[in-house]
Amino acid sequence: MTKTPKSPGAPLSSMDPAMLRGLTQPRLSRSNFLRGGAAGLGLLAMGGLPSRAEAKVTDWHAWWAEQKPTKNLVFANWPYYIDVTTNGSDHPSLDAFTKATGISVKYLEVIQEIPEFYAKIAPVLKAGQPTGYDLAVITNRWELEELILQKWLTPLWKAKIPNFTKHASSNVINPAYDPGNKYTAVWQSGFTGIAYNPKLTKREITSFEDLWDPAFAGHVGMMNDNLELGSAALLKLGIDPATSTPADWAKAVATLQDQKSKGLVRQYYDQSYINALENGDTWISQAWSGDIYQANEKGYKDLKFVVPKEGIMIWHDNMCIPVGAQNPLSALEWINYYYTPTTAGVIEDYVDYVCPVPDAKAYIADTLKDPAVANSQLVFPSDATYAKSHLFPAFKNYAEYKAWNNTFNPIIQA
Amino acid sequence: MAKAEIAKTAERANRGRIGPRLAPYLLSLPSWAYFLGLFLIPLGSMVIMATAIGDPLDGYTISDNFAEFFTAVSQYHDEFVRSFVYGGVSTVVTLLLAYPAAYWIAFHGGQNKSTYLFLIVLPFFVTFVIRVLAWQFILADQGFIFGPLKDLGLLPENAYVLSTKWAVIGGLIYNNLGYYVLPLYVSLEKIDRRMVLAANDLYATPSTAFLRVVLPLSAPGVFAGFLLVFVTNVGDFINAEILGGPSTSMIGNIIQDSFFVDQDYPMAAALSSLLMLLLMVSILLYAKAFGTETIQDYA
Repeated sequence: MTKTPKSPGAPLSSMDPAMLRGLTQPRLSRSNFLRGGAAGLGLLAMGGLPSRAEAKVTDWHAWWAEQKPTKNLVFANWPYYIDVTTNGSDHPSLDAFTKATGISVKYLEVIQEIPEFYAKIAPVLKAGQPTGYDLAVITNRWELEELILQKWLTPLWKAKIPNFTKHASSNVINPAYDPGNKYTAVWQSGFTGIAYNPKLTKREITSFEDLWDPAFAGHVGMMNDNLELGSAALLKLGIDPATSTPADWAKAVATLQDQKSKGLVRQYYDQSYINALENGDTWISQAWSGDIYQANEKGYKDLKFVVPKEGIMIWHDNMCIPVGAQNPLSALEWINYYYTPTTAGVIEDYVDYVCPVPDAKAYIADTLKDPAVANSQLVFPSDATYAKSHLFPAFKNYAEYKAWNNTFNPIIQA
Repeated sequence: MAKAEIAKTAERANRGRIGPRLAPYLLSLPSWAYFLGLFLIPLGSMVIMATAIGDPLDGYTISDNFAEFFTAVSQYHDEFVRSFVYGGVSTVVTLLLAYPAAYWIAFHGGQNKSTYLFLIVLPFFVTFVIRVLAWQFILADQGFIFGPLKDLGLLPENAYVLSTKWAVIGGLIYNNLGYYVLPLYVSLEKIDRRMVLAANDLYATPSTAFLRVVLPLSAPGVFAGFLLVFVTNVGDFINAEILGGPSTSMIGNIIQDSFFVDQDYPMAAALSSLLMLLLMVSILLYAKAFGTETIQDYA
């Protein structure tokens, strides 16, 4: 690591690209979710009107006390989200876990996007059936809140995960979307900021204001995920999305409407925004840091990622145990095993998102000898970067979520 | 053999058999079950969902609340109009492109007809989404078509086709060309060539022979292809999603978002019902104008 960012607005890709590692996972692929559409409609049709399912378990302490240890664990995760051997067939961290505990892990890369995954498990949970997963990695979006509100998650038995308390970053303890970590423990986090091509913008980018620069008319990429889109506009206005009110949303939507009606926006993109940047269709775009890191690696060296001066969005992917899990104690065992510098370090060195275990930094630097990852601002963000990061708004009920959708959808859906 | 005995034998033979009158109905049972299970029940539950009250957390209750339909119309009439305009324009252009191709294959394809048809169908061996994504690269601002044109100064640096309605309509035309060529080919292929010869013998010019003999005889193909392509195009959302811009959403995009992202099931159901209704009305009008009777006259 030769350079560190001098100012928050410094283009991160001018540094070692490893510093850009944050989010290597494509987040929302519309085309994938389209495929689930027909199936979802069919389910809705066959099941008639979905009604509220009542949770069967009331006393979770008693429930946990009754559970017997098992030798299996079924872990549902996103693709490319855990360490693999070079031949791609093995996960050393999981093998080490099996060796240490005797629990064999069935690791399934079944989560492509949260709405799609939610659509898949919700009818099963509603019917009171087990999903077949003991552990699933869910982003802190509405669907996670819904799982919590529907009582479709098993509260974690804290006594069984002492390492979480011991090693978890203060930034993932007691998050606003899950007070007291009642149901979730962070797997990885990631940033949403701005990416641009200096050859096309012909100047440095430092702020969300730059997404509103008329000089880039027709070449500004915004995200069609209304949570990301609305949050960017709120940050531009200096409002913290997490605590924003419907009045703030109205202001945000006005500035987005202004941006759109002036013809600045090229398109509201799903994950394909990265192709648009690579192809030069967009010159500047909302972006996930890891995508830009990967694009740089692929040969699109011009693209740069910035943490805008107004702040940056951070999101968290959380491990949680769906109700009806067959091996809940194994799931806790894994969470506990994950929250050690060694395991988190091995996984982080491969995944390169934001690590929830700060102590893994020393392990990666000293034992794994990978200073690029250990010193990356986006894997182990400094307190200053954390201080600039913001959470998505947490909706308390469906009405709030609907109000947000009704506010921001007219921008995207036109 | 006495008559009574014959009757008895016949009765014995028929015992355990299903009456011949019932047989066709019983044989059609699987089709009925299919139709009921996979069409009528989903359709019914869609309409029930559209009028239901509630939310995904607290569940829904059946009601007779038709407000969702009015909200759907007032909120999304632009997208409905746009879907029918894009669908209509793209279908007409598809017809204009497909007809000469089908005509040529049917009348001049010779020995290699099946090869040509295979070539038309060939792109369908690649997944739909991948084909549309390919266009995203072809039409890219700095791609291999527009890049050089801009470098040569033939196009302004700012010009783009991708993310416009032209890209969406172009994508719709490209994707369903095959669906129009095939029915057209079938109806053109059937035409008795001696009819054209007879027209020529009766002093019809080639163009008159085409307009008064070939074209009317191929009407069933034109009609069938139009239905196939128009219905598919109006409901499409992939092209708008991948090739479109900030103001090219079609109704399919809205339905998809309402269902998956917003979890606004009544709205998704209301929009779907309305789309079906509008398509049905437009098809009926179309059939009335160019309709089946005329086709039967020719066929």
